[in-house]
Amino acid sequence: MAAPPTAIEQRLPSEPDAATSAIVFENVSIAFDDKVVLDGISFHLAKGETKAIFGVAGSGKSTILKLALGLLKPDAGRIYVLGDDVTQMQENALFELRRKVGMVFQESALFDSLTVRENVAFRLLEEGNVSDEDVEKRVREALSFVELENTVDKFPAELSGGMRRRVAIARAIITQPEILLYDSPTGGLDPVTSTTIIQLIIKQRDVYKTSSLLVTHRLQDAFVMATHYFDRKANEMRPLPPGARGEVPMAFLILRDGKVIFDGDAHQLAQSKDEYIREYIS
Amino acid sequence: MELISPTEFAKDTVQTVQDYSRLAGQSVANLFRYPRYFADMLQQADLIGVGSLPIVVLTGFFTGAVLALNSSTTLQRFGSLSLLGQLVSVGMVRELGPVLTGLMVAGRNSSGMASELGSMVVTEQIDAMRALGTDPMKKLITPRVISTVFMLFFLTIISDLLGMIGGGAVARGLLGMDSHQYWSTAWQILTFQDVFMGLLKPLLFGFIISTVGCYYGITARGGTQGVGRATTQAVVASSVFILLVDFFTTKLLMAIFGYR
Repeated sequence: MAAPPTAIEQRLPSEPDAATSAIVFENVSIAFDDKVVLDGISFHLAKGETKAIFGVAGSGKSTILKLALGLLKPDAGRIYVLGDDVTQMQENALFELRRKVGMVFQESALFDSLTVRENVAFRLLEEGNVSDEDVEKRVREALSFVELENTVDKFPAELSGGMRRRVAIARAIITQPEILLYDSPTGGLDPVTSTTIIQLIIKQRDVYKTSSLLVTHRLQDAFVMATHYFDRKANEMRPLPPGARGEVPMAFLILRDGKVIFDGDAHQLAQSKDEYIREYIS
Repeated sequence: MELISPTEFAKDTVQTVQDYSRLAGQSVANLFRYPRYFADMLQQADLIGVGSLPIVVLTGFFTGAVLALNSSTTLQRFGSLSLLGQLVSVGMVRELGPVLTGLMVAGRNSSGMASELGSMVVTEQIDAMRALGTDPMKKLITPRVISTVFMLFFLTIISDLLGMIGGGAVARGLLGMDSHQYWSTAWQILTFQDVFMGLLKPLLFGFIISTVGCYYGITARGGTQGVGRATTQAVVASSVFILLVDFFTTKLLMAIFGYR
């Protein structure tokens, strides 16, 4: 039987600093009705780092992303995003902050009455100070990043699940946000499409150095991200040379019963003696 | 059916009233805040106003016609058929035009708003909009409220006119009345109070239709079943709300202007 969860805040490698970290959670708790989903969790996401969040269904992974974006308010604790305390901000101020953060939703959440072009350009069109030519150019660039330039006039219903997920990534990155939040970007997709999406996330991490939180059920995806880098010349991901460790800014965070039971890199994860974690990664 | 404690029921009711009031207040307050979505307002005005025109025309025409037909027997009994124009015009302008137009538009658009916004909620499109830095209140709700209030006002005028035309058609075609007599009595009887009452009501009803539809849509939970439930509730609540507000508005205005 797996060991009970242990809070590991004391094992954090360095003291999180709200001003220099991309995201900091401090003793955050939230409950829905009577069910406690997050129970005083703390962690931080360093700038330029990608952190994969694991946990069983209902463990609060997606809730963490919504809390970081201010879409939900915690019952207790503080959340700092790019130095701002989102738990204390009014909705109007949050709209400003959200312009620096991109999110890819679990089911893509594309606007079904808008074309791919309008979906991807949504943020630019809302800002209103970008010329039509510039909008078109940036939409093409974002769609070319996800290799979907030919879908520009299609509606989301005309696309496959994997294509919708890639359009959602294009929509999230069009303004080159400082932070990206991915909610199960490979969930329910076939292995080939999953690999394409993981490659895009690695590309975003290594080319644009974007800080990211990645919620996933698929441990293998996160291990691929920890063991590969993006080769700009070849325009594809490549495995790290044998023996290379810590070459890519990739971390893992595991939730159990509302607590963080692991927060560290792939090597630390592989070395973990925790019975539950061993069972989880086996 | 699940039983709910009186305390929970009271809490839920207060919460609903509070959330609805906040939505209704913000939808108006957003008119004075940037950004304003004029293109969305025009699009909604087209969907709500032009889209509702056929049912409003039919409803108005046949309501006026049947009102004339039903009243003619009674009026003939007292030898007062010449008052038919007055009866139809006052009935249409003060009461039937605004209420029936309101109910028809509620059935068509309150449900449409609830299902559209409800679908957006359950597919996380509303969250996505917030995540993209856009306020759904300003982008989705305020344009619907403004367009409904504006268009219902004109739809009611059209309905009133069509009602009188319907009454006139029955008076001329079936009862053999003189058209000139019908229209001159219909026109002369209308006072400022009648017209004021008839034009104030659609403004209130438009606000009710849109805010109730948007409220049930934006608070929809529980997948497609929840959207269906929200749609039904929106139509029922907005229709009942229209009838209640109609009664109290009429009573208030009669108290202010005096009984005719």
